[in-house]
Amino acid sequence: MSTQSLRWWSWIHKWSSLVCTVFMLLLCLTGLPLIYHHEIGHLLGNDVEAPALAADMASNPPRANLDAVIASAKTLYPNKIMMYMSQELDEPAIWNVTLGDHPNDEHYKPIAVDARTGKVITEPAFEGGAFMSTMLRLHVDMFAGLPGMLFLGFMGLLLIVAIISGVVLYAPFMRKLDFGTVRHERSARLKWLDMHNLLGIVTLVWALVVGATGVVNTLADVLLKVWQATEIAAMIEPYKDAKPLVTMAPVDAAVQTAMAAEPGMQVGFIAFPGTPFATPHHYGVYMHGDQAFTSRLYKPVLIDAGNGTITDRRELPWYLTALLVSQPLHFGDYGGGWMQFLWAVLDVATIIVLGSGLYLWIKRGRKAKAGVKEEKAAAGLQPVLARSGDQA
Amino acid sequence: MSSPFMKLWGMPILLGILTLAGLLSALFGDGVWDALSAVTLGVPVLVGAWCSLRRKPG
Repeated sequence: MSTQSLRWWSWIHKWSSLVCTVFMLLLCLTGLPLIYHHEIGHLLGNDVEAPALAADMASNPPRANLDAVIASAKTLYPNKIMMYMSQELDEPAIWNVTLGDHPNDEHYKPIAVDARTGKVITEPAFEGGAFMSTMLRLHVDMFAGLPGMLFLGFMGLLLIVAIISGVVLYAPFMRKLDFGTVRHERSARLKWLDMHNLLGIVTLVWALVVGATGVVNTLADVLLKVWQATEIAAMIEPYKDAKPLVTMAPVDAAVQTAMAAEPGMQVGFIAFPGTPFATPHHYGVYMHGDQAFTSRLYKPVLIDAGNGTITDRRELPWYLTALLVSQPLHFGDYGGGWMQFLWAVLDVATIIVLGSGLYLWIKRGRKAKAGVKEEKAAAGLQPVLARSGDQA
Repeated sequence: MSSPFMKLWGMPILLGILTLAGLLSALFGDGVWDALSAVTLGVPVLVGAWCSLRRKPG
């Protein structure tokens, strides 16, 4: 690599890293508890468990009528309206119902209802309690809504630039060293340079995937709006002059209709009229498969909320499928306990890469000021950020 | 493995392929696929931990 291009890549690596490092540290630190949100919820007593049924019912559990489930939830908040109800594949005994003052209520009320008896189980802590909710909001948008989300997405793009430029710089620094060499004995700076290179290259693919899928996730709201403005708008074209709904068709019958139309699929969630996943005149019934991969893919069935018939059903567009497939790759929630653990270790390794990078830059600054130029004879293996400064 | 290119990039490429295999296998199946994912994703983590923590004599 020529000196000129080395200097150029060093500059890219320095500035892309410096700008995003603080935010990436925030994301890594808040992401760590989020990996274990189920376990933490359990420890804090915030998780929801379906009560055991009597022996005669347990062998062949009943299925509560969905309108009865909704009615139970509404007894807690008679003046609120339905926003969503959803079910986890591995917990078919619970309906997670959300009620709000309006269809886009950010301060919705979550209520867990027994899917077998139709009785309210509990009102779970909002977003898993104050601690987990704070971690989640800091991680997703830093309490700044869509602008915060998109800003973090841009920081994620810078991270990807930093990773790629880091790989380019790996070559000149490692050419004369064996893989995994960490020179403990020379100086703290050299040791952390080696650690930075080692952990950076070891976490490379994981960090790229988690970074890129994180960026995709920041576009979720935008992609949803695109979908609403194009495909949903086309699907409900016949309803553009329809009067507002007065009475609503039974939800249970609507869902049965959707299930009959998509045999072999399960109901993932139901969006109620007015929410972003439905229309003012429709229930959005979102069906998905029950296998590892197909459970990530949703197929929406739009049901006329006035008469309970199917208006339209179609595959999700590619960009929403990409979003849904990118989510597990970001969360690390799809491979069991070992994957969670490895996700946490890789997250910590990334924190070390970020921290050591920052350390190398700070040390460079101090050394440059003091005019100290030791180690220059060390086979030319200066920290990357020192190189451009020393040669300037 | 003796060429300068492979000496430099052999290990990073191997670890990258293992990571990718680990990320994808759990996505397309459960059970044995999750186990395969844990092993393939575990290798880069172990290599990173080993090289970070070992101290060569001298």
